[in-house]
Amino acid sequence: MPEAEVVNYWPLLGIPIIVIGFVLRFNPMFVVVAASLATGFLAGWDVHQVISSLGKAFNDNRLIVIPWIVLPVIGMLERYGLQHRARLLIIRMKAATVGGLLIVYLLYRQIISAIGLHTTAGHPQTVRPLVAPMAVAAAERQADLDEDGIEKIKAQAAATDNIGLFFGEDIFFAIGSILVIQSTLETYGYQLSPLNLAMWAIPTAIAAFIVHSSRLLMLDRRLGRLPQAGGVR
Amino acid sequence: MIGLQTVYFLIGAMFLAFAVLSITDRTNPKRFGNAIFWGLIALSLIGGTWLGDFANGLIVLAVAGIATFGWLGRGAAEVGEEQRVSFGDRYGDRLFLPILIVLLTAVIGTLLFLYVPPLAALGLFAANRETLVLLCVGVLLALATLYVWLKPPVLAPLQEGRRLMDAVGWAAVLPLMLAAFGVVLKDAGVGDLIGDSVGGIIPSGMIFPAVAAFGLGMALFTILTGNAFAAFPIMASAIAVPLLLVEHGGDPAVVGAIGMLAGFCGTLMTPMAANFNLVPASLLELKDRNAVIKAQIGTAVPMLAINILFIWIFAFPWHTN
Repeated sequence: MPEAEVVNYWPLLGIPIIVIGFVLRFNPMFVVVAASLATGFLAGWDVHQVISSLGKAFNDNRLIVIPWIVLPVIGMLERYGLQHRARLLIIRMKAATVGGLLIVYLLYRQIISAIGLHTTAGHPQTVRPLVAPMAVAAAERQADLDEDGIEKIKAQAAATDNIGLFFGEDIFFAIGSILVIQSTLETYGYQLSPLNLAMWAIPTAIAAFIVHSSRLLMLDRRLGRLPQAGGVR
Repeated sequence: MIGLQTVYFLIGAMFLAFAVLSITDRTNPKRFGNAIFWGLIALSLIGGTWLGDFANGLIVLAVAGIATFGWLGRGAAEVGEEQRVSFGDRYGDRLFLPILIVLLTAVIGTLLFLYVPPLAALGLFAANRETLVLLCVGVLLALATLYVWLKPPVLAPLQEGRRLMDAVGWAAVLPLMLAAFGVVLKDAGVGDLIGDSVGGIIPSGMIFPAVAAFGLGMALFTILTGNAFAAFPIMASAIAVPLLLVEHGGDPAVVGAIGMLAGFCGTLMTPMAANFNLVPASLLELKDRNAVIKAQIGTAVPMLAINILFIWIFAFPWHTN
């Protein structure tokens, strides 16, 4: 960069726009598009360039919507009572607790992600139809829950899916994040093999299993101290 | 060879059906908003490859406008809860089988097509896209099974899929918007600006402060941008490469791999990572949009500390610590 050139710091304003928009609880779609447009204009782009850049990035990331393809199957099964069956299944397993159930799912999610099959599970694929209703059924047997309590259990089911995914997927060497690390460090002259990078995801995966499982066991203990549910249905 | 474009056609057709069925849904007071919204998503999926960047950008603005003005609504379910429970009692645990068809087709199919030489040699699927394509195949097999077994009304799977999609609403598209924002930030050079300013304020000479700044920086910039992939190049140029690798001679594989995982701790704590944190809240119909984030913080914070410690312990030879 020639010394005379003045660095344009204005595009940095896009980030506070995002933060303020989210804090003030504006519609996130509006906030994100406004911040994108502002960043582009402040960088000195013209209207055509700003809109094209948004369009190209949107188009290149369409991969993100693929898991929604399962919705017709999930919706049909719900129509015919799947969530009801999922609840009954847990009620029949007398020893099942919400913590125990979610620990089993956490391990499954980590393993399935570590072998590259991370897209076979997820919020639409497994959490909404199976894990969340089962978790709620188990928790309701452990304690009397109000609506707020049920929301927290469902949120914990979704959270467990995320944690299993994030701290499992990097063990698989052909995943996007490993390629980002590899190509970034390569520009600085460090040649790394994906397998070497993937190996170093293992200690964190084990630690995440221990940390999150402990929290789930604590959830079981907390539910055990609440007033008991009125008999088994 | 079957690749992403085929998958986009299939999903685009699904969204097109959602759009058309929305128009006929008189229980939804905002049915035309839904129809246009899902129609635009269908257009992007089916035609995005050929429309050109500017036209795709106009789709982005239109979609964001519909969401901003609140033109999306929800209709009533075709089948009530009581009816579902009685269906559930009639069809029993066999209702789990179609889900297994989807999951097993994807899992076993991927393993077969990757590791059984005669099948792998067919080159049926584009590289690294096997699982996504097979997920779609699994969905089609499961739907065929459901038609034969339950003999539902012909449109039922699409109506039920639309019911779930309407529950998620615009949140389904927010992740795409955020990815687009990340690209704009990158192209506008924001990453380098941040990297230059952060790199200047770390004291040199000591390892642990630099490791901690790298881990915390990964998490913080992931929280701001919603994407650890965007944070990594910024923090690599600001801290990881000049301080951890060049000055202190850390192991680049450890710094890279565990640094990315420190960023993932940030992903667990930010509404900007919409597909992981906001979308499930709407999919599970939770009242609190941030309920999933709240459930995750208790794991994310200790994991961030552990990742920083792991980089410190594993990346540097013992005698320098």
